[in-house]
Amino acid sequence: MDTLLTGLWKENPVFVQVLGMCPTLAVTNSVINSLVMGLATTFVLILSSAIISALKNIIPKQVRIATYILIIATFVTVADYLIQAVSLEVYKALGAFIALIVVNCIILGRAEGFASKHGVWKSMLDAAGMGFGFTFALLCLGVVREVIGNGTFLGYPVFGQGYEPWVVMILPGGAFFVLGAWLILFNWMRERRKREAAAQSDKSRELVAA
Amino acid sequence: MNSESIGFILLSSILINNFVLSVFLGICPFIGVSKKLETASRMGLAVTFVMLVSSTCAYLTHVALAAIGAPYLELISFIVIIASTVQLVEMFVKKFSPALFKALGIFLPLITTNCAILGQVLFQTSRNYSFIQSITFAFGAGIGFTLAIVIMAGIREELELTGVPGIVKGTAIVLMVAGVLSLSFMGFAGLGG
Repeated sequence: MDTLLTGLWKENPVFVQVLGMCPTLAVTNSVINSLVMGLATTFVLILSSAIISALKNIIPKQVRIATYILIIATFVTVADYLIQAVSLEVYKALGAFIALIVVNCIILGRAEGFASKHGVWKSMLDAAGMGFGFTFALLCLGVVREVIGNGTFLGYPVFGQGYEPWVVMILPGGAFFVLGAWLILFNWMRERRKREAAAQSDKSRELVAA
Repeated sequence: MNSESIGFILLSSILINNFVLSVFLGICPFIGVSKKLETASRMGLAVTFVMLVSSTCAYLTHVALAAIGAPYLELISFIVIIASTVQLVEMFVKKFSPALFKALGIFLPLITTNCAILGQVLFQTSRNYSFIQSITFAFGAGIGFTLAIVIMAGIREELELTGVPGIVKGTAIVLMVAGVLSLSFMGFAGLGG
């Protein structure tokens, strides 16, 4: 359980480790795209982690990275055809970014850093945690960008008729701004928690901080 | 201008659809290696070189795989091509410039997982570019990447000297700057019609 939660929050791949930025920024212009991308990455992450940790004693050390990438590429091809079969519309919206899951640093990072050292069951749990953490981060961006930039949530209008969408949020620049803003928010929360811990011994300092 | 013409492909991949700032490819090295101007420009050149070589190989592979009717092998073979090209560049750099090899550090092997390179290869395949078009596209994309990372490194060198508030320091300020850069590159959108 702990392994699962670590990836979800404490070591969130996007917000804490700053990995896998390209899909994070590129596909989060709507909620549905973010969700599909997150789930596809989770799928690839769990299955490739399972295979890699099962084969970890057979794979020679020198060619391990190449082997990992081949295993990952196989599952990405599966995911690619799966999404194409289920929803052609989403497939077109995501475009090359499904194939680009191969080069998502989160997957290779977990393969090298976790799956190659732990058992199958634990690696799958870790992969699931990281995958859901990634999906969570994508949704954080996707929701903000779709609601503010388009005035809709999953395609349904949220605001009244008179709402003028902030087009900048849908544009590439907006992706950088929203992610930057989330990082600032999380930094601020971390700073505040640290300050509160320090202030508990000293009440007067807490007043200044507030 | 004809959207298939060589000049347009070059212009579009450098400025209008800049790989880093409009298509979001290669963000990891863009944030990771853009601390110093010198390292950034060399990283850009290494990426451009890998792109040119892998684009050539990928074009030939695409033709070969289409001939034997196995398009599902495309993704896997592209990855193998890129990985071996990067290995080649790594050996080359290590031999001829150990200083640069040290400066690039972990980011040199990581070019393999640079999505800009795989992205470029995938785009040229899905758009059915001819050989000349592919090479031009690869060259433009590489130059575009270099341009973005060099601009970013220049700004970050200046940022070092200014008082950035504590909570914004690090990745957050880099993303904000990238946002502004990306907005300014939007200005090229009207170019070439």
